[in-house]
Amino acid sequence: MSDKISDILICFCPDCVSRGAGKIKELFQTSLIKHNLSNDVNIIETGCMGTCDLGPVLTIYPEGYVYIKIKPEDVEELVTEHFLNNRPVSRLMLPDTFGKSLIKKIDIPFHRKQMKVIMENCGVIDPGNIEEYFATGGYETLAKILLEKSPEELIETLKRSGLRDREGGGFPSWQKWQYVLEAQDDPKYIIVNAEEGDPGVFISRALLESDPHRILEGMITAAFAIGAVQGYIYCRNEYPLAIIRIKRAVEQAREYGMIGENIFNSGFSFDVEIRRGAGSFVAGEETAVISVIEGLRGEPISKPEFPATSGLWKKPTLIHNVETIANLTTIFSKGASWFSSLGTNSSKGTKIFALSGAIRNQGLIEVPFGITLRELVYDFGGGMKPGKNFLAVQLGGPSGGCFTSQHFDIKIDYEFLQEQGITLGSGGVIVLDDSSCLVDLARYFLEFTVTESCGKCLPCRVGLRKMLEILNRITNGEGELEDLNRLESLGSKIKALSLCNFG
Amino acid sequence: MADNQQFDNILYRKLGKVIEEKKGLKNPLIEILHSAQKIFGFLPEEVLNYISEKLDLPLSKLYGVITFYSKFSCQPHGKYLINICTGTSCYFGGSQQLIGRLEKELGIKLGETTANGLFTLSSLRCLGVCSQSPALVINNDTYGCVDSIEKIREIISRYKL
Amino acid sequence: MKTLEELRKIRDKAKKEMQLRNSEYRIKVVVGMGTSGIAVGARDVMKAIFDEVTKRKLDHVLVAQTGEKGLSSMEPVIDIIEKDKSIVTYGHLTPENARKIIVEHVVNGRIVSDFVVATKTNLEV
Repeated sequence: MSDKISDILICFCPDCVSRGAGKIKELFQTSLIKHNLSNDVNIIETGCMGTCDLGPVLTIYPEGYVYIKIKPEDVEELVTEHFLNNRPVSRLMLPDTFGKSLIKKIDIPFHRKQMKVIMENCGVIDPGNIEEYFATGGYETLAKILLEKSPEELIETLKRSGLRDREGGGFPSWQKWQYVLEAQDDPKYIIVNAEEGDPGVFISRALLESDPHRILEGMITAAFAIGAVQGYIYCRNEYPLAIIRIKRAVEQAREYGMIGENIFNSGFSFDVEIRRGAGSFVAGEETAVISVIEGLRGEPISKPEFPATSGLWKKPTLIHNVETIANLTTIFSKGASWFSSLGTNSSKGTKIFALSGAIRNQGLIEVPFGITLRELVYDFGGGMKPGKNFLAVQLGGPSGGCFTSQHFDIKIDYEFLQEQGITLGSGGVIVLDDSSCLVDLARYFLEFTVTESCGKCLPCRVGLRKMLEILNRITNGEGELEDLNRLESLGSKIKALSLCNFG
Repeated sequence: MADNQQFDNILYRKLGKVIEEKKGLKNPLIEILHSAQKIFGFLPEEVLNYISEKLDLPLSKLYGVITFYSKFSCQPHGKYLINICTGTSCYFGGSQQLIGRLEKELGIKLGETTANGLFTLSSLRCLGVCSQSPALVINNDTYGCVDSIEKIREIISRYKL
Repeated sequence: MKTLEELRKIRDKAKKEMQLRNSEYRIKVVVGMGTSGIAVGARDVMKAIFDEVTKRKLDHVLVAQTGEKGLSSMEPVIDIIEKDKSIVTYGHLTPENARKIIVEHVVNGRIVSDFVVATKTNLEV
């Protein structure tokens, strides 16, 4: 596999050509060969960059530097300084004061600083075609596991990898497997939960839509490890395309024998069914998902009835969200030590964050744990939208919290969030500008939880409503000092007395 | 079935077929309700009676499930159901303004249906296009960055009787 | 399929197909068709590309679809993949500028830098 690290884009519009772009290209080619760089640097001819009076013009990726008015004698300097000594040649660079940026430089760190592990196929392969997944080595890990590994070995590998669930507080994934494997009851089930549990995140949707077979392969692997014969994928009804794509993937996988009887002649059989939600957020809670699949109201069930021992139809059930499942094939193909070399002490591997709000670049990014808010907002987010000032970052959805610039340089992982008393949710990062009001944000989340509360637990059902009334008073400018104490007292009581994290 | 049946037998046959297909699955109630709502457009009482009979489930249990989930509706809605996303990103990205504009453009309030039966205006929590706020979905078509009245008009004009 | 050998055979064939080796196609235009793309007009972009490729009888060009890369705010996004060349990703597309890219990049071989959001080295066997 070649690993070219840079691209030189040379403008080949008639104007630049008349100013000698062709000669410049030739000189670059010779010089790159001379310095043994021709395998590391691509030269690409482009159409007009729109700065004809500054030609010949070239742009160098990944940095996105634009060099102008290049003369033949500048080429050697550019190659030695820019590529060999890693020092941009400022005298040839487009001045910052130049009004319009030629190429969207801000977009560049968004791609280059990411580490795409579980999203490696997203936006690359055709999700409707199982053969493209095969082309990436898909289902090979599964085949090897089914033929060569024991459930105990798999759980040991998972334990060493340090994978924690990519939701809520980050429960160690291997421990769930262990509990279900040890449970003395049959049959066992596996559920993949594609409810995000956080309005502001779309990680499950993107993974199911863009790389559905990765989810299936991970799911079948986990099913084998715990001895499940039947699996369910629970998907939000608000994700029609994800439902279509995963249904199609299941059909194809069945056609090719990845699902069904005696997979790869290993003696292991497994089947999958897709179940849709019907518009309810609390249904992201594990035990509530079980209720939905059972066709009931999606209410959580009181612990300590852990799904691992008494889950779907009171049988041992392993339940993971989509992102957690998406990690499995990578862990088993690249190994536990590779995986645990990524991230921080408490949090291994990569995490997908969903960036949105008042920043320039929005979307999904995948990075190792330990990234800082500053990197999220400025490197990946490209900074605030023009004319907007940073106020806070909301992390982790309704059960998460807000961070201001004083937290900018703290590395984000499960440990840090636990210290802050919040959960990661499933990775939502919403950047707010100073036109938003934090009390309004709190009021929004309360209103959200009031309407979405399943109503099972009294403290959550009634208490949240009371809190909302107080906050409404405050946002209307009628708040009293005593209100703050009331809020705090209500808040801690609801948290202690409700079944799930929602309260 | 009672004689004063409100809906066509063809629709009931469709639903009957779905129920037969899914009856074998474990607890398929929610999947069947989805299909019923697709076939009839909403979940009227007589359809619920029919399902309750076929599945041998008490009507109270059906109502328990239906009222829990926002997707199920016992009221008919327009040919096109416009759902405005009110997830966190959209809320801060202008979904309130979008609701206001749509209400004005269609001359109805949230929850209502236009007189010609074409559009019903409603809202839901998060469509998962958080980077393109504000967003809305019309039946199964999602639209992002609906931030101007021109865009609203252009989108609405695609849907006709 | 029951053996690892069978699986590997399909893998190698599909891989060559994807990298346009042993293929009648020389250029592949891949449109991001996740919900984020579709929500801001990826379907119209895809239609325009199909239309332009058919109209110009570009038999060596394959139009395909993929999911989303995560570049939601740059959607609709397309990749142009050519054998032995860097993959170029264009973003913020409309049907009009997608047509322009087909003409300039695919037909004339010149990158339209206004809409480039990334470039990436093509994988080699």
